[in-house]
Amino acid sequence: MSASLRKERRAALAWSYVFLVLFAVIFLTPPLYMFITSLKTSAEISSAKLPWWVFHPTLDNYSALLTSPAYLTFFRNSAVVCVAVVAITMAISIPAAFSLSRMRFWGSGALATGVFLTYLIPETLLFIPLFKIFAFVQDWTGIELMNHWWILIVIFPTLTVPFCTWIMIGYFASIPKELDEAALIDGAGYLQVLTRIFLPVALPGVIAATIFAFTVSWADFLYPMAFATSIDQMVLPAGIVSTLIKGDVFNWGQIMTAALLGAAPPLVIYAFLMDYYIAGLTAGATKG
Amino acid sequence: MANGVVQAAGLSVPRRRRSGRRLARHKSTIAFLMALPLIALIAALVIYPALYSLHLATLNKSMERFVGLGNFAFLFKRELFWMVIKQTVIFALSAVIFKALIGFVVAHFVHNIPAKGQRKWRGMLLVPWVIPPAMSTLAWFWLFDPSYSAFNWVLTRVGLDAVPWLGEPLWARFSVILVNVWYGAPFFLIMYLAALKSVPEQLYEAAAIDGANWWQKIWYITLPMMRNIIAITVLFSLIVTFANFDIVRILTNGGPIDQTHVFATWAFQLGIEGGDLPLGACVSLFMFPILGVAAYFILRDINRRGTEA
Repeated sequence: MSASLRKERRAALAWSYVFLVLFAVIFLTPPLYMFITSLKTSAEISSAKLPWWVFHPTLDNYSALLTSPAYLTFFRNSAVVCVAVVAITMAISIPAAFSLSRMRFWGSGALATGVFLTYLIPETLLFIPLFKIFAFVQDWTGIELMNHWWILIVIFPTLTVPFCTWIMIGYFASIPKELDEAALIDGAGYLQVLTRIFLPVALPGVIAATIFAFTVSWADFLYPMAFATSIDQMVLPAGIVSTLIKGDVFNWGQIMTAALLGAAPPLVIYAFLMDYYIAGLTAGATKG
Repeated sequence: MANGVVQAAGLSVPRRRRSGRRLARHKSTIAFLMALPLIALIAALVIYPALYSLHLATLNKSMERFVGLGNFAFLFKRELFWMVIKQTVIFALSAVIFKALIGFVVAHFVHNIPAKGQRKWRGMLLVPWVIPPAMSTLAWFWLFDPSYSAFNWVLTRVGLDAVPWLGEPLWARFSVILVNVWYGAPFFLIMYLAALKSVPEQLYEAAAIDGANWWQKIWYITLPMMRNIIAITVLFSLIVTFANFDIVRILTNGGPIDQTHVFATWAFQLGIEGGDLPLGACVSLFMFPILGVAAYFILRDINRRGTEA
């Protein structure tokens, strides 16, 4: 490599770092500011001396929230909903992906495409008709669907199942056919092929799909705002936004703490399982 | 339940040695049963509501009388409706363009540095995408606060005027786009980075030997090689951004004077809060054109791959 080319490379590298630092600062400012504010007392916030620094750090906001029954209820509702949604999603997606990628039946090709297309239908289009449909169901059967946290367990799978099925079809399709054919010849049933061969081999895909299902149902905001509106039925994002922001009361320290704690579960999962998280994110497009 | 059926049937197949045709039919029945929960879910909670909203949109406010296209006629006469269309298009297009550009540029910076440092940077830069948008938008809301804005604190220290981030229509429109770009750019970054890794290094070496400059390398190698990923990412992002709810709802709730409403927030306000479900359904139906375009491109892409294979 010539000297001038090497010099050019080094300059490019230096500029890359400069801009990466710049973008990292921009990207991380809001979460950092959340953290800074969460350590402040209301008095320090309203004095507005230097918003970017904490002079008297305190954990009062954290202890206040972690002992607040309302906040703990939001957290519990969120956790129960997300775990249930992940379980339902896997129970539906794994057999469906196995069936669509390996077994085939009349219309299965069209269904695989259809699954992908339903992933594109946004909740914005569905929340109003669902609202009316839930009212119908109540008129017919007497079951009150609206305004219960568990209704989210029923509707969140519409956000998670299509995408999870889609990425698992991709993972399953990459498993060599000879593997399951050999098992079938040896007398294994389809269920055995699925649990003994497909799941272990496609485990990274299953983990990626699990992470996706969890983070999507943890973060969703529109359905909870529409369907779980009384205080004891709310999940985290909707709960924080609708109960803590009261305009006149100066409790931004607590709001930022609540938001930060609410963002913690996805952040922790991301920190420990980053590669799976990213695999799930990119699988949808690159495997299509 | 379906699993039990599958297990019983699946295990019995080899033992009974059915004829090939019956086996095939049997196999497709099991396959269908395994996919049945998926079909039921999609039919009941996605397809049915989507079709039902077409019917809902033709009813009057109390949902007792069929009014045909009356709701649409009513919407078309309202100036606010055209404003919302315009704002949604401006919001979605400019946000997606900036997300795509920033993602592309930053992906190159990450790709440029030595491989062992890339993981760390990628990990940091994806954080905005990992935080639930409702939570991070609260942080932005607080950063934009009219009297305690931390941004304005910096601006006034360096001798500039304080900015009414959410108080004036133009600035509020800018702010919702800014937050959306901040949230979505990391997604583009990750997708592009994955795509950049798949471009063979030899192509750049060959181009360098031919004397291509960096711009020519991007234009003639990188962009053509990444075309598919760019297309599908932009398409996804367009749909999601057109349908955005959380950011606008939390930052401005459509204000000031309804100038930042997008389809989702306006439909929510009309349908759920205002109690006029049919009118809300009408507004959200305007998502269909963009969905139709997306479906067209995706189906075309799938068919093309199918014939190539």
